[in-house]
Amino acid sequence: MKQKLDFIINSNDALNKQIFLLKVSPKNGAPLPDMYPGQFVHLLVHDSSSIFLRRPLSINYFDKEKNEIWLLLLSAGGGTKRISEMKAGESINLIFPLGNSFSLPKPRQKILLIGGGVGTAPLLFLGKRLLSEGFEPEFLLGGRTAIDISQLEHFERTGKVYTTTEDGSLGEKGLITHHPVLEETKFDKIYTCGPRPMMVAIAKYAAHNEIDCEVSLENHMPCGFGACLCCVEKTKRGNICVCTEGPVFNIKELKWID
Amino acid sequence: MDRLKVNIGKLELRNPVMTASGTFGYGDEFTDFIDLSRLGGIFVKGTTLEPRQGNDYPRMAETASGMLNSVGLQNKGVDYFLSDIYPRIKEYDTHMIVNVNGSTLEDYVACTEALADLDKIPAIELNISCPNVKEGGMIFGISCTSAANLVKAVRKVYDKTLIVKLSPNVTDIAEIALAVEAEGADSVSLVNTFLGMAIDAEKRKPKLSTVTGGLSGPCIKPIALRMVWQVYKAVKIPIIGMGGISNWKDAIEFILAGSQAIQVGTYNFINPTVSVEIVDGILEYMDRHNIDSINDLVGKLDY
Repeated sequence: MKQKLDFIINSNDALNKQIFLLKVSPKNGAPLPDMYPGQFVHLLVHDSSSIFLRRPLSINYFDKEKNEIWLLLLSAGGGTKRISEMKAGESINLIFPLGNSFSLPKPRQKILLIGGGVGTAPLLFLGKRLLSEGFEPEFLLGGRTAIDISQLEHFERTGKVYTTTEDGSLGEKGLITHHPVLEETKFDKIYTCGPRPMMVAIAKYAAHNEIDCEVSLENHMPCGFGACLCCVEKTKRGNICVCTEGPVFNIKELKWID
Repeated sequence: MDRLKVNIGKLELRNPVMTASGTFGYGDEFTDFIDLSRLGGIFVKGTTLEPRQGNDYPRMAETASGMLNSVGLQNKGVDYFLSDIYPRIKEYDTHMIVNVNGSTLEDYVACTEALADLDKIPAIELNISCPNVKEGGMIFGISCTSAANLVKAVRKVYDKTLIVKLSPNVTDIAEIALAVEAEGADSVSLVNTFLGMAIDAEKRKPKLSTVTGGLSGPCIKPIALRMVWQVYKAVKIPIIGMGGISNWKDAIEFILAGSQAIQVGTYNFINPTVSVEIVDGILEYMDRHNIDSINDLVGKLDY
């Protein structure tokens, strides 16, 4: 069941100049419901003249013990910049949990999670869940430069990590889709989130190599729960809402591969 | 609670707060957040004779205190509505009103006829003001003659409450309201969205796939309020006011300007409980000002 609830910011840490990690808990102390990797929250800043609509953010991690949600935010000016400047103790409002979630792999499948930039956000939550379910997730993380790759220590605690940067400051130099692990290892399942061109390239790679692949989309969305019909993606079933039927799609449903 | 009762045509509403078409789905989307029976009515998604895929993504651009949309009436058509949606929504304890659209006069008439015999659809809202479709929509709503002809044709096949949703993209909205009143409309609802556009300066590209779209949200409220006032002075039929309503105070302002009832639109996206908060706020206002019936406030602007 969806809820609308005020949250208090426990901490807001800059991971680099643009990426911020917000940890938030319900203001009234109410225990959070179960949430699943791939789901998102829709964040509203109270009384802000610079932001009209809510901002959708992937759940980066759900810490059940601390009753805390982690959110990774890319400050891209306007509304997201305003959120990035918020301090511990300030309050925000969330509608959550929204959207579907990544599906679990089949037993013993070899799994790769590919994230670009802030798109790594839902993959940490997914990786931790996969680990707790007995899988051995591996991660391929990319960015323009080393500092764009966030939460590396958390990923390294969750599974084997490969990295790429466009300037070669960390890991392989070049684009994420050119990392040798994609040539050398045969994976059974790929999960990916990041810039759309990156996800399209990975979807094509997966389709070509007959690897099952799920992507998480980030279309602009005013409502987040299926009322406005603005965040649609063209699929084999026609235009459908990313907020309710996604954000996670198997690439077989999309029209990315001819 | 009789203090909040209002009438629109043959409809008796338990309160004047309703939700606007295209902002409230079919009601289902909001049942986690509110009790739908606390609303005066729900205007469901725009419905057409044939299924429509709507316009390409991107269909939305955020603006200062508002947003542009160019959804383009995506819906599965009236047959699907009858077979798959109506059986579900007829159980809701509030007035479910269908927003009817078409490309041609014949489409509007056929879509209306398909809905006319449904027990739990006591009214339709004729949408002659959608700015996001190539044919029909707003074309019918920006001239008195075409608006009048359409209402006349639909009136012939529809005995229940007929509400006509007006476009603000006209020189004189009162003139259009008078034209549809003369052809037997029971009520007018106003305003639909304002035609607008947004540009990405860096990319030198429009932000919407359709270049232009409909502007809604608090940014349009002062203009919408002015139009309600102008129409109130011109017509005798009840007005359903809307345009950027985001709290009870906005709702009271629209009522004072001449609205018998109001619709909450875009703000449902930001605060899915805003509609019932407005009902509570109106009651509190009436208590504070010793108002017995909401009807005593309609058009009672002191000037």
